[in-house]
Amino acid sequence: MEKMNIKPLDKIGAGTAVRIVTIEAGSGLKNRLAAMGLLADVQIRVVRNDGAGQIIINVKSSKVILGRGMSHKVFVVEI
Amino acid sequence: MASSKPIQKLTVALAGNPNSGKTTVFNGLTGARHRVANYPGVTVEKKEGSFRYREYELNVVDLPGTYSLTAYSTEELVARHFIFESHPDVVVDVLDASNIERNLYLATQLMEMQVPLVLAFNMSDVAEGRGLKFDLAQLEKLLGAQIVPMVASKRKGVDELLEAIVETATQAHTNVLTLHYGHEIEEELSKIEKLLRGQERVFPEKYPIRWVALKLLEGDAEVRDWIKEASVRQQVEASRQHLKVVLGDHADIAIAGRRYGFISGACQETIKDTVQSRHDISDLIDTVLTNRYLGLPIFTVLMFAVFYSTFKVGQYPMGWLEGFFGWLGAAIYNSWPQDTLLALRSLVVDGVIGGVGGVVIFLPNILLLFLGIAILEDTGYMARAAFVMDRIMHKIGLHGKSFIPMLIGFGCSVPAIMATRILENRRNRLATMLVIPLMSCGARIAIYALFVAAFFPPHLRGPMMLLIYFIGIVLAIVCIQILRKTILKGETVPFVMELPPYRMPTFKGLSIHMWDRGWVYLKKAGTVILMISIVLWAAISYPKPAAQRLAGLDELQQQSIALQSSVAGHIGKAIEPALKPLGFDWKIGTALIGASMAKEVFVSQLSIIYSLGDSEEGLEALQGHLQEDYTPLQGFCVMLFCLISAPCIATVAIMRRESGAWKWAAFQYFGLTALAYILTLAVYQTGRLFLG
Repeated sequence: MEKMNIKPLDKIGAGTAVRIVTIEAGSGLKNRLAAMGLLADVQIRVVRNDGAGQIIINVKSSKVILGRGMSHKVFVVEI
Repeated sequence: MASSKPIQKLTVALAGNPNSGKTTVFNGLTGARHRVANYPGVTVEKKEGSFRYREYELNVVDLPGTYSLTAYSTEELVARHFIFESHPDVVVDVLDASNIERNLYLATQLMEMQVPLVLAFNMSDVAEGRGLKFDLAQLEKLLGAQIVPMVASKRKGVDELLEAIVETATQAHTNVLTLHYGHEIEEELSKIEKLLRGQERVFPEKYPIRWVALKLLEGDAEVRDWIKEASVRQQVEASRQHLKVVLGDHADIAIAGRRYGFISGACQETIKDTVQSRHDISDLIDTVLTNRYLGLPIFTVLMFAVFYSTFKVGQYPMGWLEGFFGWLGAAIYNSWPQDTLLALRSLVVDGVIGGVGGVVIFLPNILLLFLGIAILEDTGYMARAAFVMDRIMHKIGLHGKSFIPMLIGFGCSVPAIMATRILENRRNRLATMLVIPLMSCGARIAIYALFVAAFFPPHLRGPMMLLIYFIGIVLAIVCIQILRKTILKGETVPFVMELPPYRMPTFKGLSIHMWDRGWVYLKKAGTVILMISIVLWAAISYPKPAAQRLAGLDELQQQSIALQSSVAGHIGKAIEPALKPLGFDWKIGTALIGASMAKEVFVSQLSIIYSLGDSEEGLEALQGHLQEDYTPLQGFCVMLFCLISAPCIATVAIMRRESGAWKWAAFQYFGLTALAYILTLAVYQTGRLFLG
């Protein structure tokens, strides 16, 4: 059921809370993201997404800018 | 003699996330008493400060701000090498208490390194304001380290931190807490540990075995290369494969997940969140500053303010300094005993005082610029600026932040190259540094003004000026594209950056930041600039012409003959054949050699060659002479060549300092000169076909 709704993060509108399902990236990048609190099962909220360019998300108590390409590799489900 | 205890030396390493207020804690501990250097072999800056506390001599080392301690970035490697190799008596991890879970991730890795640890919960006032309540005693027990709540910007908690440092350093720390990663991972870990224990120590002595095993399991590139033993390598590979199957993810990510698991376990028991909604003021400001439509205008205004204060406000102190050095030179000149050691007089007045003046003259610019940058960074705006500019800069293959140094470049390349420090990615930073001289700096305005006025009718002067600036910008963009696709190739780093919360900068933080940069400039770049100035002074002063050649000439004519017979004059004549295809003669060549000292010197050198003074009338007469000797096409080619070619020595010196290697400075110098030559050649030769 849930699998149906998995979307890349860049398709999520501002103000939406989501949970990270998986990040499809190499080990180095995944590690970097993990160090900033971004890894599977973490809940985040999209703060800014203009449909182009970088997006801003809220993770734990911090705000993080993600490049568009980057955010395309983060797969999430809405909660 | 007093029976005071002997002084005991303690080394304290300061670790922490970027934006955790680590620098503020460092400043709070050490005051202004600190030294700036680089970590050996890398261009990561190392700040260090020593002071007395009770009967201890504390040496605090500021580690680079990092989110973790992997082998993926130079900063992280530098931090962990320092901890293991110099093994400090205490490691202080500075955490942003209002964002504790994420900040504790680094702490868990420090715990894994089994170092004596103190946790500084900085910005505890912000955390309190957000309604977070900590059970510190319980949390200390769970994390196995002393916790000191602080508000470093208000100097709260500094004494308590010092107490905790001394206490932790002097205790024998036997109760090191070990993180557990769950049954599957622990099992594989112990297999690897066992193998490692059975071996001779093949990895450096100071690294604990459990940590090495953990890093092997994580696939850490550095640690992996230490281990040559096939049996260990096979076991590591087997373990990683096994974990991937049972845990469904790479071992390193699974381990990261366990660390967060440990953290949230510890936090759940000890931190109470008393406020439910937290739409803070920071969010509100962000909706304005990063707004789609407002973001860019706001950014433009702020940049203009930085630029304006750097160069407009800076011109007053620059004028005073110029006046002072002029006065000093004249005073020495006039009080010099008649007809004795005239060569020494010239060396002191023109070489040394001129050279020192040339170095110090930039200081107001650099201080003001870095004050502006420090304000933008410390308030948290810089990260927003990067966001706002990114969409435009991304298209030319650069990071949003690259815009700032490039803009500064229109004022002066020296502070602009220093300003590339705000770029984290080295390739990005190098690419930006290399093209900065293509931004027409203030000194080149003097050249353009002369040539545009001499060769173009009034209605074409404005457009001509703009054209030259525009050519510089276009070339910079093209060069960046080429650099990023060739020698500075590399992924446009998948972009992740934290947006720090807005904060009020402290006066102390700003002034320390500003003076650090100024000092680095004076000490490192200044000495090189001074040396080259003296060499260039000698090149335009020696050898002196024979006395009979000067007989019967006035002073201005004598100066012209003197310059022509100097090394610079000879070189100018010698390279004439090479410059001829560009439409230049020996006069331009000689002036170009002088211009490598500072671009505006080009104009005064030309005046000297034409036996004209530096005065207002002299400049007008110079325009007349230029019109006689050259065509507008040649005039344009001179401007084009001056725009692109050989950056001035101050730029070369700062380039060497900031890139960490002479090779980049040389690459920039010769690369730009070659580019200038080729383009000017093309323009002149094509132009001649059409203009006859």
